[in-house]
Amino acid sequence: MYSYIAKRVLMTIPTLIGAAALVFILMRLIPGDVCVVRLGSGGGSFSEHSVQMCHAELGINRPMIVQFADFVWGLFTLNLGNSMWSGKPVVLEIATRLPISIEIALLAAVVAIVVAIPLGTISALKQNTWLDLVVRTAAIAGIATPSFWLGILSIVLVLNVTQAITGSPWMPPIEYVPLWKDPIRNLSMTLLPAITVGYRYAAVSMRMTRSTMLEVMREDYIRTARAKGLLRRIIINRHALKNALLPVVTLLGIEFAFLIGGLVVTEQVFNLNGIGRLFVLAVQNQDYTLTQALVMLVVAIFVFTNLVVDLTYAWLDPRIRFA
Amino acid sequence: MSTSAPFHFAPQAVAEEVTEIKRSALGTALEFCRRQPVGTLGMVLVLIIAVNGLGAEWIAPYNPTSNDFAAMTEAPSRTHLLGTDQLGRDIFSRIVFGARTALIVGFSSAIVGGFAGLVLGVASAYFGGRIDLIMQRFMDILMAFPLIIMALAIVSIFGTGVHNVIAAITIPLIPRCARVVRASALPIREVPYVDAARACGFGHTRIILRHMVPNVMAPFLIMLTAFVGQAILAEASLSYLGLGVQEPVPAWGLMLQGGAEEYATTAPWIAVFPGLAIMLTVFGFNLFGDALRDALDPKLRDR
Repeated sequence: MYSYIAKRVLMTIPTLIGAAALVFILMRLIPGDVCVVRLGSGGGSFSEHSVQMCHAELGINRPMIVQFADFVWGLFTLNLGNSMWSGKPVVLEIATRLPISIEIALLAAVVAIVVAIPLGTISALKQNTWLDLVVRTAAIAGIATPSFWLGILSIVLVLNVTQAITGSPWMPPIEYVPLWKDPIRNLSMTLLPAITVGYRYAAVSMRMTRSTMLEVMREDYIRTARAKGLLRRIIINRHALKNALLPVVTLLGIEFAFLIGGLVVTEQVFNLNGIGRLFVLAVQNQDYTLTQALVMLVVAIFVFTNLVVDLTYAWLDPRIRFA
Repeated sequence: MSTSAPFHFAPQAVAEEVTEIKRSALGTALEFCRRQPVGTLGMVLVLIIAVNGLGAEWIAPYNPTSNDFAAMTEAPSRTHLLGTDQLGRDIFSRIVFGARTALIVGFSSAIVGGFAGLVLGVASAYFGGRIDLIMQRFMDILMAFPLIIMALAIVSIFGTGVHNVIAAITIPLIPRCARVVRASALPIREVPYVDAARACGFGHTRIILRHMVPNVMAPFLIMLTAFVGQAILAEASLSYLGLGVQEPVPAWGLMLQGGAEEYATTAPWIAVFPGLAIMLTVFGFNLFGDALRDALDPKLRDR
């Protein structure tokens, strides 16, 4: 088991370095000189000297390999330079916006899992009934619905309903307060985005749970369990679900990255000041230092969740643990 | 557990089926409709969108970009089927023309990304060994970028606009396709006729294209339909963020960007219809893809 963990942890390192290299190369593919773009964005003229000053400031007059080593070292030491737009340290910009995004992502994941796994299981057990049909339709609709549209619709709905009831439309608070300080205020801000962004997550998990459950219920050992007269509840909980959930766990890990991607758009819809919104701003402002830091953050989250998933998998499945 | 290889299928069995049943294209289509009513619904949705996209000039009653300041935020009526937006543009016409944008981006990204992934995936499985290992590690790295994040990063480099959006969506689709194709091409490499082809002295290109690619067509086609849906969703998201297709090109994501929330209480139709168009289109491609999977891959039926 320990050797497996060690091997799996070590495997993340080349992926992360490779991703860093890719981001590094991508950001240097930008046509033209970053400094010229940056200095010229105001529309004014600028001297050759100021371009060189800017090069020196960003460190792009040094050899490529030194720059790359510097970038990777910066990732480890969390020193990623200053935002080209605001001038503040990139790490600070991200850190102030991270809590709300993480809260929404986790909330979405929790809501999705709590809804998806029971529904997927029931849908499989009652295959081809109206319930199954409803669940399947809801799931396939969840995959097709853009999360930002769902967000817009929920805002339209909330505004219209509150206006009809109270006479003036209700708007969620703008400033973020942590959950432990003011749970109601916090949830009134985060719950709706979490549900809209989590719908897809729930939909794919539901489909996966249903299909693996259907497969497992046809296994011989389920028939044996049934033949020896075990209670249906025990068969489902102890024999079927435990095996059916393995692929679902993998999927949850992979889809978590999608969830983070979905946040980029959802935060824009709900006007939330999280990392997704920051990412869009960074791209709009051509703030390359911030963009590359944020891309690396998302990649790191993806690699890390997959690591956790694989380790959970090993813990759940003895075949991997003792291989 | 075969999570990494969801599409197993025996090439021999398919070969037998092909020689056994020879139907006309129409007959095959009718058989598909009979067996897959839900998939047919998907196909119909896709066809409706395709007709709209192709014949936008004849179907749309108004010019999608012309403003009518006398008819701003007008509710759906007989003159404006789905109402007008805050600039007095006919929403129905914009949706019809938006179908064209969505299909252009969806199909180009899916086809280019899909074929690149097909070639890379099959080649990776065929050559095996070190090439396969290096290729797979590289795909791992690419897969670590969520689609929309990768697309945004690419847009930040090359800028916005239809062509750049297509490139931005195509690139992240390649590793996703290569992965699945490689998994289904691996068992085919071991099949005797590939050895036979090699023994005949055929070149790598010929073996890959003539002997291996046709055998991974089933999972490939299924994935291609899913990709079109994904690409349309990604395009809509990018355009909504203002980082995709730019005004005045009519695009569904773009239509939701401006006044959708602002006019929530006074003109909710601005927010409802473009999103509905996105949803139905992606829904159609997904249903069709699912049915295609059931029809082409009997092992996965009932799942």
